[in-house]
Amino acid sequence: MAKKQAVSFKLNGRQVEVLVEPRELLIHSLREKLQHTGPHIGCETSHCGACTVDLDGMSVKSCTVLTVQCQDAEVLTIEGFEQSGELHALQEGFTQEHGLQCGYCTPGMITRAFRLLKENPSPSEEEIRYWMAGNLCRCTGYQNIVKAVQYAAKKMSSAHT
Amino acid sequence: MIPREFEYYAPKTIPDALGLLKQFGDEAKLLAGGHSLLPMMKLRFAQPGHLIDLGRIRELKGIREDGGTLRIGAMTTENELIWSKLLQDKCPLLVEGARLISDPQVRYKGTIGGDIAHGDPGNDHPALMLVLGASFVLKASTGERVVPADGFFVGSYATLLKPGEIMTEIRIPVPAPGTGTCYAKLKRKVGDFATAAAAVMLRMKGETVQEVAIALTNVGASVLRARAAEDSLRGKAMNDASIAEAARLAMSICDPAADQRGDAEYKTAMAGEMTQRALRTARSRATH
Repeated sequence: MAKKQAVSFKLNGRQVEVLVEPRELLIHSLREKLQHTGPHIGCETSHCGACTVDLDGMSVKSCTVLTVQCQDAEVLTIEGFEQSGELHALQEGFTQEHGLQCGYCTPGMITRAFRLLKENPSPSEEEIRYWMAGNLCRCTGYQNIVKAVQYAAKKMSSAHT
Repeated sequence: MIPREFEYYAPKTIPDALGLLKQFGDEAKLLAGGHSLLPMMKLRFAQPGHLIDLGRIRELKGIREDGGTLRIGAMTTENELIWSKLLQDKCPLLVEGARLISDPQVRYKGTIGGDIAHGDPGNDHPALMLVLGASFVLKASTGERVVPADGFFVGSYATLLKPGEIMTEIRIPVPAPGTGTCYAKLKRKVGDFATAAAAVMLRMKGETVQEVAIALTNVGASVLRARAAEDSLRGKAMNDASIAEAARLAMSICDPAADQRGDAEYKTAMAGEMTQRALRTARSRATH
């Protein structure tokens, strides 16, 4: 058996270390070893985006990243969004605009939208749809998800001015 | 789905990576963005005993222009291509192509070199490389060679890349001013490979086609260069009839495998349609 390796990285601002076989996927380390169950296992084939986390400034599907690739990385999951009891603008947006139904895709949606707004603070509807296309929602249409991202974009930009 | 056991290495330099590759030979696989390889490993279609991750080799990153040639590190990601102002100015075809690859998350990880070296006929960069006249730098521990894109793709998952070699750089001559390009891709849904796609590079002299290159994605065992279609257009005026004839000639070389994206006849017809669309758009973008 391949020897286990210690991998340390920053998870939502906190230094963590896990002991993993090289073949362990990031989604499993997060959920099973680090008790961060916000990132969900959906399709397992890099399509659905439910397992999306932010890794060193990139939105990635954590079912297609090895934990050993994350040495010294910075990882952000939905668990890192709420700050001292206050919801992030995106969490508020998804609540206010009813951007979810069953909620399964929501952690991935919010984590992806976070990076999108970092790169483009005031995206057009077309840009939101293009850059959110790696996250699937099976309950309903995407209209309210788009509105939720717009809500957050507006709130975040007014906070800066 | 979890891959079979393997040993993992993350070398920081090209010589270190080449050394590992030499040491483990056929047992080793190179990991670039991983979004083709890791799913194959999860499904146990690929079961390398040693995985050499190229992600920590800084030398393999970056986009620059050097004396009329664009030099792109093999580990440059699709999103980095999309966001490159240099490419937008000098080679917008590469930006257009990258925007059509998979989905945003995959484009943060997927790399140009991985897409080219994998040899999947469904990958999009090979067609772009053919029409742009690109060449690839292949390094081995014994030295390096530069091979043209034309001829590099020899079959399904088969390229001229030899065991022990790493693709380090993609070189693309900056297209002459006034060149019109287009990548027309039909896909069923976001994230999918092409049902059929066509890349076109076009230079016009007045109303006459001076130079044209056409390549087709996912309608054969590897990327196809539509030479007869090119020959039928070169030196002549471009109109509805000549575009239709070029599409017919492009379709005549298609030999797609039937799958859930369609049967061979449908895919061939779509290759013709994509050829027509790419030609028309490239013409509208070319300076006359």
